[in-house]
Amino acid sequence: MKVVRHVLGRLAFYVASAVFAAVFALPLVWLVFAPFGAKARLSVALPDPFTLSNFGKVFANTFAVRALFQNSIIQAVGTMLLVTLLATLAAYALSRAPIRGRDALSYGLVLFSSIVTGTAAMVPIFLLIFNMGLIDTHMGVILVFTGGLLPAAIFIMRDFVDSIPRSYEESALVAGASPWGMFRDIALPIVRPGMMVVGVWTFVNVWGGFLVPFILLRSPTKMPAAVAIYSFYTEGGTPIITLTTAYALLYTLPVLALYLFVNWKYGFRFFGGIKS
Amino acid sequence: MANVTFRSITKQFGNFTAVNDVSFEIHDGEFVCLLGPSGCGKTTTLRMIAGLEQPTSGRILIGQDDVTEAKPKERDIGMVFQDYALFPHMTIADNIAYPLKVRGVGQAERHRRAGEVAKNLSIDQLLERRPGQISGGQQQRTSVARAVVHKPRVYLFDEPLSNLDAKLRLEARSFLKHLQRELGVTSIYVTHDQAEAMAMADRVAVMDRGQIVQFGPPLTVYREPATTFVANFLGSPPMNLLPVRYEGGAFKAATFELDAGPFAERLRGIAAGSQLTLGVRPEHVRMGGAGDAWRIPGEVYAVEPLGPESLVTLRVAGALVTARLFGDDPPTATGATSFAFDPSNLHVFGPDGRRLAAR
Repeated sequence: MKVVRHVLGRLAFYVASAVFAAVFALPLVWLVFAPFGAKARLSVALPDPFTLSNFGKVFANTFAVRALFQNSIIQAVGTMLLVTLLATLAAYALSRAPIRGRDALSYGLVLFSSIVTGTAAMVPIFLLIFNMGLIDTHMGVILVFTGGLLPAAIFIMRDFVDSIPRSYEESALVAGASPWGMFRDIALPIVRPGMMVVGVWTFVNVWGGFLVPFILLRSPTKMPAAVAIYSFYTEGGTPIITLTTAYALLYTLPVLALYLFVNWKYGFRFFGGIKS
Repeated sequence: MANVTFRSITKQFGNFTAVNDVSFEIHDGEFVCLLGPSGCGKTTTLRMIAGLEQPTSGRILIGQDDVTEAKPKERDIGMVFQDYALFPHMTIADNIAYPLKVRGVGQAERHRRAGEVAKNLSIDQLLERRPGQISGGQQQRTSVARAVVHKPRVYLFDEPLSNLDAKLRLEARSFLKHLQRELGVTSIYVTHDQAEAMAMADRVAVMDRGQIVQFGPPLTVYREPATTFVANFLGSPPMNLLPVRYEGGAFKAATFELDAGPFAERLRGIAAGSQLTLGVRPEHVRMGGAGDAWRIPGEVYAVEPLGPESLVTLRVAGALVTARLFGDDPPTATGATSFAFDPSNLHVFGPDGRRLAAR
């Protein structure tokens, strides 16, 4: 009796897990299969007949190709570098320098940014960028994204820097390093895993960001992929499923590649320098 | 090679005084232990020598140089941290060679010198590994190697053995003492372990609440503790302390009375009725002693056989007194008994806790 109940319990668990997993996996499987079918369909099935012609049509759309392989990359990489650099320096200072009220400052930043950013701030942001003469420039998009992401990035980085014992830096200073040498040789390499986390997080946020470039950019030659995907809609506003999925598949690849690269190159944590 | 001198050093953190008007001179080549309970200011003292903390007032000298305001890198010191603080992204070789790297020594030369030091410390087979891949004892040696590779004038040790297990700690203790003798470099060693301080130091500075209570050779500090604090801190188990009242030429407590005659000279100036403290080391306490004038009645509280010796604890007038008895067989005493000692081994501490020394 006990055995039967145990087996039935396991069985129910696996069935429930499988259903649950399927709910999340199906859209992804559909995204992988759909671009290779000649006809659009909303059910998951092996493409029949198998064709690459959808990708041919996507690559023929120079506007969309430039958006994906040039504009999105410029904006995402630009923001990533700026946010990671600024967040690291700010977090390091906030963590190490004896500044009165630095905790309140860090928490205030996150709270403030989570309230103010988004659609609500779009009008003042537009006016600000307009008056700076940065409408329809990559720099305008990068600065607005940086402003929006930086507070949370500083918060994440600060948590990371806080978790690193000061004795690393102190032992470098006592060994004879200058403060800048200590930062370059010791602090920076040790916080690098945190920088990678912030960098990838920033990249993904900008990569998927639609509203900011949609409002701040004018020329089709500067639009990123998140906006350009609308060029695969019919004039009536319905998506051409074969082409949007083909483009969407291409759109996910750089993020996947970045993640795999970081995981391969830096996706390890250092252990063992501190004995506790 | 250098002296280290403190002149009236005070260090305050906000309203808290960590180090209070401390002055001392550590001689060239000397091994000094700063000993005390946590929060006594010993680590702050060490960090001020390293330049990691700035004193609130006073001057610090290394050799002839006033280094009070100098940056750590200008002080020419080597330091071993409690947590070792090896750089996790560097190999052992690069860790050891780091002080040479920041001094502009070329890669080939600094790796050669790091290899030399590593060989002396028997870690030369680990040079290509990273700190996470070696054992605690090896990490400890690596941090020592990094502290000595650039031949600094002073070594600083911040509880370097406290993260090792008991057996490794004894090994590392002998090793560090041997190394210091061999290199002959002025060393300052912070510990809260009195056995470590006794075993290693040329001189021990016992600290309490930001001040040095006593500074002297370990055996002198052990045999002639300046205060009840020092008496209670050194020795394992520490000195037995019994509160008594000085009255009519005798030390009086609820259950015993001892003739203060032999101490008359020391007690000159002590008013009758004063509260004093008697101290006697456990190894100077005998059990029984019937007919002995220096005898105190008590009751057996616990017997702890330790192999070559046994600890017998007696309850005496509300206090506990421990006797350390040598011999293979643990005593079998139970119930009411008494202990005795030689008056020459008795210490008398005045009402202020300071030891009354023979004049």
